[in-house]
Amino acid sequence: MSSRAKAALKKILITSVSMLFWLIVWQIAAVKLNSKILLVSPVDVVKQLYVLVATGDFWQSVGFSAARILFGFALGLTCGCLLAFAAGKLRFVRTLISPLISVMKSIPVASFTILALIWIGSKDLSVLVSFMICVPIVYSNMLEGIDALDPKLREMSEVFGIPVWRRFVGVYLSQLLPYFRSASRLAIGLCWKSGAAAEVIGIPDGSIGEKLFEAKVYLETADLFAWTLTVILLSWLCEKAFTALMALLQRRVERM
Amino acid sequence: MLKAVKITKSFGENMVLNNFTREFAEGKVTAVLGRSGCGKSTLLNVLMGLVKPDSGEVIFDGERISAVFQEERLCENLTVSANIRLVTGKRFTKEHIAAELAEVGLAECADKAVRTLSGGMKRRTALVRALLAEYDALFLDEPFKGLDETTKRTVMAYCHRKSAGKTVVLVTHDKDECAALADEVIELEAED
Repeated sequence: MSSRAKAALKKILITSVSMLFWLIVWQIAAVKLNSKILLVSPVDVVKQLYVLVATGDFWQSVGFSAARILFGFALGLTCGCLLAFAAGKLRFVRTLISPLISVMKSIPVASFTILALIWIGSKDLSVLVSFMICVPIVYSNMLEGIDALDPKLREMSEVFGIPVWRRFVGVYLSQLLPYFRSASRLAIGLCWKSGAAAEVIGIPDGSIGEKLFEAKVYLETADLFAWTLTVILLSWLCEKAFTALMALLQRRVERM
Repeated sequence: MLKAVKITKSFGENMVLNNFTREFAEGKVTAVLGRSGCGKSTLLNVLMGLVKPDSGEVIFDGERISAVFQEERLCENLTVSANIRLVTGKRFTKEHIAAELAEVGLAECADKAVRTLSGGMKRRTALVRALLAEYDALFLDEPFKGLDETTKRTVMAYCHRKSAGKTVVLVTHDKDECAALADEVIELEAED
């Protein structure tokens, strides 16, 4: 076995052992408390999730929330990049956008969600909230990358007369991709968190947020944990899928 | 034709080139020799159009130029062959590029990201890129900088072979490089 494979195996082992440790702590705490309202055991959560997964309603809620949160994320990525390109090119755009981005960064998600609820209603609330979370992260990272672009490479491209598309991919995209990658990785997790939180406040019909809200109202702690676990898993899956996509793109760009 | 006519260039109080006029022999290697700070790189940058002279002009009847700059100016996140393809497009196959790289001792590096290479390897990559590009004039600014003697000899022989019959302006402070490559030599002296 190569040293890299050994290191990877060791990492997996350490992560698994620490996860197992905390699951045991959780199980013991649940048994000791012996209250299905205060704390359910991990076994009960998995059982409840198993029950939920078998229903069509579960998949409808997952589809409803995932579609909106990911759409908001995609819109945020696009707008964040476009704004960063504009701000990188034009000084007045940077000055104009700067206070808006600062406000978007510091405004509490709950305050904005309530305001957005008044503006657009509950159905597409998570689109707007994901978008609002995503834009400042992508904008700031991409602008940092644009500012760090090496002007000497632009000069080199001009000397060699490199065509526009090849120049965009080889010179600019290759330098900006690491910034885009870290921004999107950070943003996708936060979009899920804030999107679900917004749905709990706005309670759109057929969303994960509605299910979380109902679990709170009826004190269905097992449901609450199962839906929370669902959000965590979806967020993790999206992050992994997007990271894999980015790695693939980076490999393509590296080799041109 | 490549000709510098009455080029004057100053940086603040420091005059680097004063009324410099010279026609560079077509299809030959002209070496610009001189100590550090005498204006060799400035002259090269003026010839390439990267630095605007205070007065004078450059007459160049070709269209395409190629260069090894003072710094490597490679895309660090691309592989060695991608850096070459960035300039050459699809004129060369992967195998051809690998064979060219092998000639300068970079046989194993074609698929490595440039950021993982040593300074000398990056220099050789920049040179192969410049030599494989399509050009009417080639500008080389200390192209063998940072190479050990053995590698330098191999790379110089490669450069000599690949640029034969082309108009080349070579900036160097090394008289051995001049002797090995140059058909003509211009000695620059620092302006007072």
